[in-house]
Amino acid sequence: MDILAYLIPVSLFLGGIGLAAFFWALKSRQFEDPQGDANRILKTDWDDRPKP
Amino acid sequence: MATAQRLVPTPPFDSEEEDVHEGGRASACPACAVAPSAERLAELSRPHHARLMLSLPTAHCAACMSTVEGGLEKLPGVISARVNLTLRRVSVEAAPEITADTLIAALDRLGYEAHELDAGLLSATETDRQGRELLMRLGVAGFSMMNVMLLSVAVWSGAEDATRDLFHWISAAIALPTVAFCGQPFFRNAWAVLRVGRLGMDVPISLAIILASAISLFETFQSGHHAYFDAAVMLTFFLLAGRYLDHRTRAVARSAAEELAALEVPRAFALRDGAEVAVAISDLRVGEWVRVRPGGRMPVDGVVVEGTSEIDRALLTGESLPVFAGPETVVSAGEVNLTGPLTVRVTAAGKDSSLHRMADLVAIAESAKTRYTSLAERASRLYSPLVHILSFGAFGVWMWITGGDVRFAVNISAAVLIITCPCALGLAVPAVVTAASGKLFRKGLLIKHGTALERLAEVDCVVFDKTGTLTLGVPEPTNLGSQPRVEIEVAAALAGASSHPLAVALAQAARAAGIRTAIVTDLREVPGYGVEGQWRGQTVRLGRASWCDADPLPVTATYLCLGDGAPRPFTFADRLRPGAETAIAALAAQKLRILLISGDAEGAVAELAGRLGIAEWTSGALPAEKSARVATLTAEGRRVLMVGDGLNDTAALAAAHVSISPASALDAARVASDIVLLGQDMAPIADALRIARQSTRRIKENFAISAIYNVVAVPLALVGLATPLAAALAMSLSSITVSLNALRLR
Repeated sequence: MDILAYLIPVSLFLGGIGLAAFFWALKSRQFEDPQGDANRILKTDWDDRPKP
Repeated sequence: MATAQRLVPTPPFDSEEEDVHEGGRASACPACAVAPSAERLAELSRPHHARLMLSLPTAHCAACMSTVEGGLEKLPGVISARVNLTLRRVSVEAAPEITADTLIAALDRLGYEAHELDAGLLSATETDRQGRELLMRLGVAGFSMMNVMLLSVAVWSGAEDATRDLFHWISAAIALPTVAFCGQPFFRNAWAVLRVGRLGMDVPISLAIILASAISLFETFQSGHHAYFDAAVMLTFFLLAGRYLDHRTRAVARSAAEELAALEVPRAFALRDGAEVAVAISDLRVGEWVRVRPGGRMPVDGVVVEGTSEIDRALLTGESLPVFAGPETVVSAGEVNLTGPLTVRVTAAGKDSSLHRMADLVAIAESAKTRYTSLAERASRLYSPLVHILSFGAFGVWMWITGGDVRFAVNISAAVLIITCPCALGLAVPAVVTAASGKLFRKGLLIKHGTALERLAEVDCVVFDKTGTLTLGVPEPTNLGSQPRVEIEVAAALAGASSHPLAVALAQAARAAGIRTAIVTDLREVPGYGVEGQWRGQTVRLGRASWCDADPLPVTATYLCLGDGAPRPFTFADRLRPGAETAIAALAAQKLRILLISGDAEGAVAELAGRLGIAEWTSGALPAEKSARVATLTAEGRRVLMVGDGLNDTAALAAAHVSISPASALDAARVASDIVLLGQDMAPIADALRIARQSTRRIKENFAISAIYNVVAVPLALVGLATPLAAALAMSLSSITVSLNALRLR
């Protein structure tokens, strides 16, 4: 059962990373325009050359 | 209360929020994130740029975004443009000299309809702090739900003794802070409700969450078999999800209301000591003289002292024909001055003006409307006491059966609270309303009021206004084809010299037909009458019937006089709003009673009613008559949907069970209505009725689903068979079923 001593902290840590990522996404306003972002990745405007 | 919320803009958030605003720039590099002050300094030293906000009701895809952003950024002076497709807006950063009109014109060339928005008013919804807070709590609850569930599954599948206790302790360590942090919205509401001595949905929710955590902690201390940490956290998660959905729909509605808060002529030009002074309308006194320019809206009620012009009363009375205004003509606030400058002596300003009397009518009708209780309210009113009685009953009965075993009895009553706890009920309405209003938004309808969908579903009678609603309020020549070519050429030449709506329409139609204008010299506009000029040595006139010695026709017309014999009338008809025919046909197919009540003259109304196949119509209706008619219909037991745009409709819009107005409507009308039609097309109205009925059905189904779960689970809880596993299963199954049911909406 010693393995639990590692696994539980590991699972909590990984979950924590996920939570931190979520906070970051929230702070950088990635939930402001879900529909626009979904469409924005389909744009081909800067595919051939880098954005100036 | 709802009115107050809509009218009072929330104060903008602090500068830190604003800083992060420009599209992820702030957090792009970690160094910037830790040094926000440096960035703020840079921001201050930069020359100040204007931020303009435009609404783009027709943008819908990636191509639209590219076209709009690319097109705007090509304009000189524009620094950046970013489209928000969810809100259908574009925010533009530009040099101070760029105005919204330039951008609107540019967008028009690109093929997009755009309206200016007041960026100052919108800042509140741009940084939606409450929504982000809810989302953050939702994320935390989700995180700990997953971890606690992992440990709980281990316990359910047979962890024993020390291992089980360890798992329970870890669960407690995760769950208790989570509940304390994430449950706050519910605790706050519950406390607020309890303090005024009422029971809301939040009371059983808070009680269940707190009881579940407390009992679990106690059981963990006693190394008991069951702990409800997972249930407590899951409850919080599902309920927060419901709360967040609810908040989203409300936020969209609120931002819509703000978006539509246009100007109601806040300033007027008063003549003081011979000079024109811009003053606030509230500062105008009775007896003062006010100058109203062509194209301007009357700021006050008054009498014309000087000047002749024509005035458009369509928004006030529904009359589509412009009316002559000269000295001694009585004018009311809200009318539009068309051709010449007018000087008006104020007879009633501010609170006494007809505009404000109309607003009072609206306020009265609105207060009647707030009495509508939503389905969710009715459900919670029934549900909340029932749950508490059941739980206390269980406590009492088990105390009696076990002979005073408090621990056991509290356990049972907590289990009852947890299982009955309205997870599914909390999701039932918001899930459906979010799905439905999203669907309607994509069709071009904005739901402004929380209960508008439910009320829309009950409608069995539709009342339409004519001018500006079924028609666009834009005249279109009807008899151009039957006129001799020469006369059209002369008329077009004369019409080109005026900005009167009929003249503009005539000139446009002639241009569209490829007709060249005749050579008319000495063009002169006579305000209030028409245009005059010299053609082949004769004086030619285009304008009012009396000016051209013609007998006025009952329809909208302008008259051409070539200086010889009979004047030739050019008749006009109001252009039908696109989709009006489809909408009426679809509504008729739904077996709804359809009425047309207009303030316009009989001829025009009859013609339109015939064209659209509306059997019941009234013409020449005054504003009070309109709302009285709606009230009569309501008294007959009808649920009326009112569709209108003018000031003359506002009272009727507010009095109706539910109301729709086009985005082009006057501010007052849009404020009074529950739903706003964003585009030009009217066809979505019929869809809205269908979707509303469907969503009410879904909400009721959702209530039924959660009731069925309770019927199965509550007896189990009452007899003490509800293990944490059963609670978790009942809760998640019911919530998921309810959400899936909401997604069935088509």
